[in-house]
Amino acid sequence: MSDPVAIEIAVFNVILLAMLFVVGAAVARLRSLFAIVMLTGAYSLLSAMWFVTLDAVDVAFTEAAVGAGVSTVLMLGAMLLTSRTAKADRRWARIGPLAVVLVTGSVLIYATTDMPAFGDPFSPANSYVGADYLVMTAADIDIPNIVTAVLSSYRGFDTLGETGVVFMAGIAVALLLGFGERSLSANRARGETAPVRTETKADKSDHHVVLRVVSRILIPVIGIYALYVHFHGELSAGGGFQAGVIISVAVVLYSLVFGIAAALDAVPVAFARGLAAFGVILYAGVGFYALTQGYNFLDYDAILSHGADAAGHHGDTNTHGQHIGIILIELGVLFAVAGSITTIYYAFAGRAPEIRDEDW
Amino acid sequence: MADFLASVGDVFALVRQPLGVGLCIAGALLCLIGSVGVIRFPDFYTRLHAASITDTAGASVLLVGMAFVSPTGWVVLKLVFIWLFLFMTGPTSSHAVANAAYLAGLAPKTGRRGDLTDDEGGWS
Amino acid sequence: MNLLVVAVVALVVSLTLLLVRTLMGPTLYDRVLALNAFGTKTVLILALIGFLVGRPDFLDIAILYALINFVSTIAILKFFRYRSFQVGLSRKVRSGGEPGRGEG
Repeated sequence: MSDPVAIEIAVFNVILLAMLFVVGAAVARLRSLFAIVMLTGAYSLLSAMWFVTLDAVDVAFTEAAVGAGVSTVLMLGAMLLTSRTAKADRRWARIGPLAVVLVTGSVLIYATTDMPAFGDPFSPANSYVGADYLVMTAADIDIPNIVTAVLSSYRGFDTLGETGVVFMAGIAVALLLGFGERSLSANRARGETAPVRTETKADKSDHHVVLRVVSRILIPVIGIYALYVHFHGELSAGGGFQAGVIISVAVVLYSLVFGIAAALDAVPVAFARGLAAFGVILYAGVGFYALTQGYNFLDYDAILSHGADAAGHHGDTNTHGQHIGIILIELGVLFAVAGSITTIYYAFAGRAPEIRDEDW
Repeated sequence: MADFLASVGDVFALVRQPLGVGLCIAGALLCLIGSVGVIRFPDFYTRLHAASITDTAGASVLLVGMAFVSPTGWVVLKLVFIWLFLFMTGPTSSHAVANAAYLAGLAPKTGRRGDLTDDEGGWS
Repeated sequence: MNLLVVAVVALVVSLTLLLVRTLMGPTLYDRVLALNAFGTKTVLILALIGFLVGRPDFLDIAILYALINFVSTIAILKFFRYRSFQVGLSRKVRSGGEPGRGEG
């Protein structure tokens, strides 16, 4: 990268951060929750661009997928259960949080003076184990995307923990919102899934035909793109997390346009929850399989290995096994994330609103 | 015939970079003009008109320009996909917004330009 | 290649203008409109940056945004009109009693 381009990228970074600051300040100051939800969508877009200029493509991918599709919808679903504007704070009640923010902010800024320069090849992150991963990936695992190699193989145990956390989030939301008399299952049992209101205006024309047609075309395309992102995670940016989120976005879009009853016919709630659980089981199952073969937990060399010799030493690294192991656990991540986010969406969307019409 | 094609190929290789960059700049300027319109126009429907038309047109020109500059064929294919998806979702979202505003009863501002009061001028 | 920076600058300026409209817009629909255009410009900026630094990976993110951008628009509009995610957008639509007049 030539120097003028580096300077331009740096200027672009500063501009993006300034816009992030403006959006953040607006989110703090505005009281209309609709506007705030939309501004958080803009915040997510700006963050994704900023990650891209920082050359963190996988992170930008996840931010784009989650921020553009899922988090706006979930926040709207949460707004459904509460009022439309935020309450104003009393003036003196703001002093405490302000003080906390100022102190924490100054401590953080003081800490950044100790951080290595951006792109420093001798920083602690790029030395020691980081440098070893860069060198060893070609021999051990033989895939071009080193982020996936580190995430899925060298640090596979951490990723198992992350997948477990996503699964727990889905379960927690399902436990909190998925049951109870106003919840989705109760509504379905009573036979009502849409709140019925009286008609005030006869709709002579079909206002939504364009949306339905375009959604019907786009939803399969989004699904196929999710599979592309998943299988290309080894080669370019992508992977199981992003693919799972994209699949959930397809389900969310279907439910937005055709109603939640149709979405529940296509992807039932039990299926989503079971899928999430199955994903985690698949991931951990690969680890346990490695244990049964006499290797360490989540050591993919155990897959299709040649076994240990008489002294108990295992042979050279097994790139074929590594590939299969990575594919399997990425599938596990895909299922877990897709199932969890779909469960969370259903839990929010199926909840009947608590506020009366007049309060709007 | 083969000579003609070869010379066309040469001309194309020569003119590819400047043409591509020129088209990119033109597309970006179109988008900029549209955003200025979104700021300056007095009414929601006029702003929608500015935003949606220039979005689609500017994006198309920009993507064609990028296709000229792109190094490999796969990149061109991806740009074609981006164009296709933008072309499908852009007008649909504009339609959805306009539809929602119309059904909710938001009326366009009608009348002569001189009728606009001071605070309803271009920067409202 | 450096002239592409002019295109990026123009797009960033238009992004700023749209942000102003998002903050300023008197009605909700202005904000939704500005946000939607914001998303489209993001797609274009991502693709352009990919060309500038010479990494074609960024086009994948651009494709993703081009596909998903309008999901939040649809969600906000549907939610604002019907105040529920459960109603389908079908021919026999039961319109809401007093849909919002666009403020907020």
